[in-house]
Amino acid sequence: MSRTVRNPIVLAFVAILLLVLIGSTLAVVPETKQGVIVRFGEPQYIVNPYKRGETFGKTQAGLIARWPFIDRIEWIDKRILSIPMERQQVLSTDQLRLQVDAFARYRIVDPLQMFISAGTEEKVSDQLKPILGSALRNELGKRQFAALLSPERGQMMENIKTALNRVAGQYGAEIVDVRIKRADLPEGTPLESAFQRMRTARQQEARSIQAQGSKQAQIIRAEAEAEAANVYAEAFGKDPDFFDFYRAMQSYELTFINNGSGQEQGRSSIILSPNNQYLREFQGRR
Amino acid sequence: MSSFFGWGARLGAMWNENKGGPWGPSGGGSEGGGGDGGSGGGPRSPWGQPPRKRGPRGSGGPGSVASFDDFLKKSRDRFGGRFPTGGGTGDGRPYWLYGLGVFLLLWLVFTSFHRIGPQERGVVTLFGSYSRTLQPGIGFTLPAPLESVQKVDIQAVRTADIGSTDRAQENLILTGDQNIIDLAYSVRWNIKDPQFYLFQIQNPEETIQEVAESAMRQAVAGVSLDDAIGAGRSEIEQRVQILMQQLLDSYGAGVRVLGVAVKQSDPPAAVNDAFKEVSAAQQQAQTYMNDARAYALQLTAKAQGEAAAFDKVYAQYKLSPEVTRRRMYYETMERVLSRVDKTIVEAPGVTPYLALPELKRRADAAPAAPEAAPAR
Repeated sequence: MSRTVRNPIVLAFVAILLLVLIGSTLAVVPETKQGVIVRFGEPQYIVNPYKRGETFGKTQAGLIARWPFIDRIEWIDKRILSIPMERQQVLSTDQLRLQVDAFARYRIVDPLQMFISAGTEEKVSDQLKPILGSALRNELGKRQFAALLSPERGQMMENIKTALNRVAGQYGAEIVDVRIKRADLPEGTPLESAFQRMRTARQQEARSIQAQGSKQAQIIRAEAEAEAANVYAEAFGKDPDFFDFYRAMQSYELTFINNGSGQEQGRSSIILSPNNQYLREFQGRR
Repeated sequence: MSSFFGWGARLGAMWNENKGGPWGPSGGGSEGGGGDGGSGGGPRSPWGQPPRKRGPRGSGGPGSVASFDDFLKKSRDRFGGRFPTGGGTGDGRPYWLYGLGVFLLLWLVFTSFHRIGPQERGVVTLFGSYSRTLQPGIGFTLPAPLESVQKVDIQAVRTADIGSTDRAQENLILTGDQNIIDLAYSVRWNIKDPQFYLFQIQNPEETIQEVAESAMRQAVAGVSLDDAIGAGRSEIEQRVQILMQQLLDSYGAGVRVLGVAVKQSDPPAAVNDAFKEVSAAQQQAQTYMNDARAYALQLTAKAQGEAAAFDKVYAQYKLSPEVTRRRMYYETMERVLSRVDKTIVEAPGVTPYLALPELKRRADAAPAAPEAAPAR
C-alpha cells in the first residue's frame, strides 16, 4: 500500500465516493410503491408492479440495484387511492335536483402507461375527477329520483364504474369501486318543499290517528252497550211479566221519591182515586 | 443521522467484501463483536481499522491495556505512527472512535430487539419488503437499515364518528320513502391484518369514514322513515356493519368492523313540530279509548249488577209469586206514598177541592209566593 492510500483524506474521499455510488445504485422498494426505472427520461422497466392477488412478502418489493446516475426511479403508489370529488348537482329525469357526493377508489395497475400519460398520481386523480363527475351526471340523469334510493343503485354504480374504467385504462389505472357518499336535496326550495311534504304527511297521520282513536272509542262504547243489553235480556227474559212489575216498582220509587236527593225538582203530589189498587183494602171491601 | 450510520454499517460490510470477507448480516455480526471488544480494549471501527491489523492488535491490544491513560497513549502512538501528517489532531480521535463504537453497539441493540406489547403486532420489512409479523413479546430483527419494524396496535378499538348529536349540525339522509332524517352514528373498528392495513390503502381512516357514509346511506335508503327513526334502527346498524365489512374486505383493507351504533336518528328540526303533533294525536287517541273503556266497564258492571239483583228477587218470587208480588207492591207504595203529598178523593163523581195542600206548601216554601196565594 502506498502512502496516498493510507492518507485519511484520501480514505474519506474514497469512502464518500463509495457511499454515493452505493446510494445511487441500491434502492429500497417498499411494499406500498412501485417504481418506474427511467434512463435519460426513457422509461425502461418497472420494479414491484401491481399483480392481482399477490401476497405481501411475495412481491418484488425489497432491495434493487440499478445503474447509478443513469437510472432514475419514479415512485408510483401501489396502494388503493381515492379520487375526491366535489359535490355535484344532478338532475334526475323527473326534474328533481340532487346534490351528490361520490368517491372512487382506484389503483395504478400499469405504472408505465400511467407514467407516460400522466406522470404523477395527482394528475391521474385530476384527470379522472371531471370524468367521474360527468359519468355520475349521465347515469343519474337517466333515472328517476326514486331509483337513487332503490336497490337499482348498485347497478348504477356498476355503470359509472365501467364508464370511468374505460378512461382510467388510458392512465394505467383501474377503478376499484365507485360509491355515492351523500345524495341530498339541495338547500332552499327543494329541501323546503320536501320538509313541507313531510310536515303535511305527519299532520295527516296525526289526524288519522285521532280519528281512529275516536272510532275505536265509539266501538268500545257500543260493544259495551250491546253486552249490557244482552245481560239484561238474558236475566229479564226469564219472566217478562214479573220484570214488568219489578221494574215498575223501581221506577216508581225513583221517580216519586227523587232518589232521596231531596232537591226542589218536581215534588210529587198524588191524587188517589178510591178505586186505586192500593186503597182496595182501605175501603173495607173487596 | 441514523441514515448516515446506516450507510456507515453498509460501507463496513462493503469493505469486508473487498477484503474477501462475508457480506451482509454476518458483517453486521462482526461489528457487534468489535463493539463488545471495545469496552475492554480499544475501539474498533470496521472501516477505521482494516482487518489486516487484527494480528498485531490481538497480541498487544485488549490484554495489555492497564489503564485508560495507557490506552490513550497506546492509541496515540499507534495513530501517530501510522499517520505522521495527522499527528496534530491525533489526540481527539480515540474518544471519537470509542464513542462511535458505543453508539454502534447501542444502535444494534435498540434496532434489533423490539418489545411488542400484548395489544400490538410488529410488521417487519426487510428492505421494504414484508417479511413477517412479530407477535407480542421481545422480537428480534436484523438491525435498522436492513429490517425495520412498524408497531401496530390491533386491539385498540377506534371510532369513526359521523354526524353529530348537536342540533345545529344536521347530517341529513334520504330514506327509502323520500323523507329526510337527521342521523348521527359511530363506527367502531380495529385492525385485523396489520400488513394489509399498512400496505393496502393509502388513507385507511378516511376510507373507513367514506365507506361508512356510503353504507349508511345505502341502508337508510332501503327503509322507510318510520323504521329509520324507530324500530328499524338495530337492523340498519347490522346492515351497515355487514356492508362495510364486505366493502373493506373487497379493498383488502385489513380492517374489522366491530359495530355500528346509531346515536341519533330524528326527524330534522324543521319538521320536528309536525312529528310532535303525531305523538300528541296518539296520546289523544289513547285518551278517547281509555274514556270509552271506563264507560264500558261501568255499563257492563251495572248491567250485571242489576241482572244479578233481578235473579235473586226472581228466585224468591218463584217460590210464592202472588204473595211476593203483593208484598213488593205494598212496600214500594209505602216508600213512595210516605214521601209525597197525597189527596184521596172519596166518592166517585166529586170534583176535588182545588186548594190543594200543594199550593199551601208552595206558599210556605217560597217567601215571594204569599201575595200570589191570597190573590187567588
